[in-house]
Amino acid sequence: MADKKKLSLIAFSGEFDKLTAVFTLATGAAAVGYEVNIFFTFWGLNAIKQKRGRAFIGGNFITKMFGFGMGGLRKAPTSRFNFCGIGPRIFRRLMRKNNVATLEELVEAATALGVNLYACEMAMHILGLKQSDFIHEVKDTLGVATFLEISEGGQTMFI
Amino acid sequence: MATHTLDITKEHCPMTFVRTKLKLSQIADGDILEVLLTEGEPLNNVPRTAIEQGYKVLSVTHVEGNVHKVTIQK
Repeated sequence: MADKKKLSLIAFSGEFDKLTAVFTLATGAAAVGYEVNIFFTFWGLNAIKQKRGRAFIGGNFITKMFGFGMGGLRKAPTSRFNFCGIGPRIFRRLMRKNNVATLEELVEAATALGVNLYACEMAMHILGLKQSDFIHEVKDTLGVATFLEISEGGQTMFI
Repeated sequence: MATHTLDITKEHCPMTFVRTKLKLSQIADGDILEVLLTEGEPLNNVPRTAIEQGYKVLSVTHVEGNVHKVTIQK
């Protein structure tokens, strides 16, 4: 196991297109035999919420409003051509039409391939999120030190 | 020993590898998997990564047009 190739991704962004990049790299690498770790922080945490639509998730009034505003995976905006939320719908349609896996299919493939999903403890604290707010495939809640230990010896990318 | 088939000619990166990997994990040791794929990235990399992961590539044959068949034994 010592010489197994490894890819660790820091998923900071919550946009549809950037999350598509995260999960494309993750599933592709896992499928060709890499050990893959994704560390979700800040806006990236929206991708692993159990509730994929809009929901008042959070610890107090402010974080609940934030939680509603950000929404889950299904509400991720595109970084360009978002058009008040119509953009992601257009992209999803284009992806299906061209037989390219949609973001939801990629997330499903990532969990099926055993990609390790981790949540950032600090960002969760700020946004009032608990591990139980996330999909059960999220393995653990981590800090920087543990992430560095996990990613050591492999490639790391920040998206 | 069973023979399974998988058509990834309509798939794109990364699902070409993902479908192959998931199918290989579902079949029994010793089983054969015939993968239909297209030239370019899938043909260049599916056999190579199968070997890297310890599977046996029995043959790579041309089917028609840009479609090829890769036979892998688990």
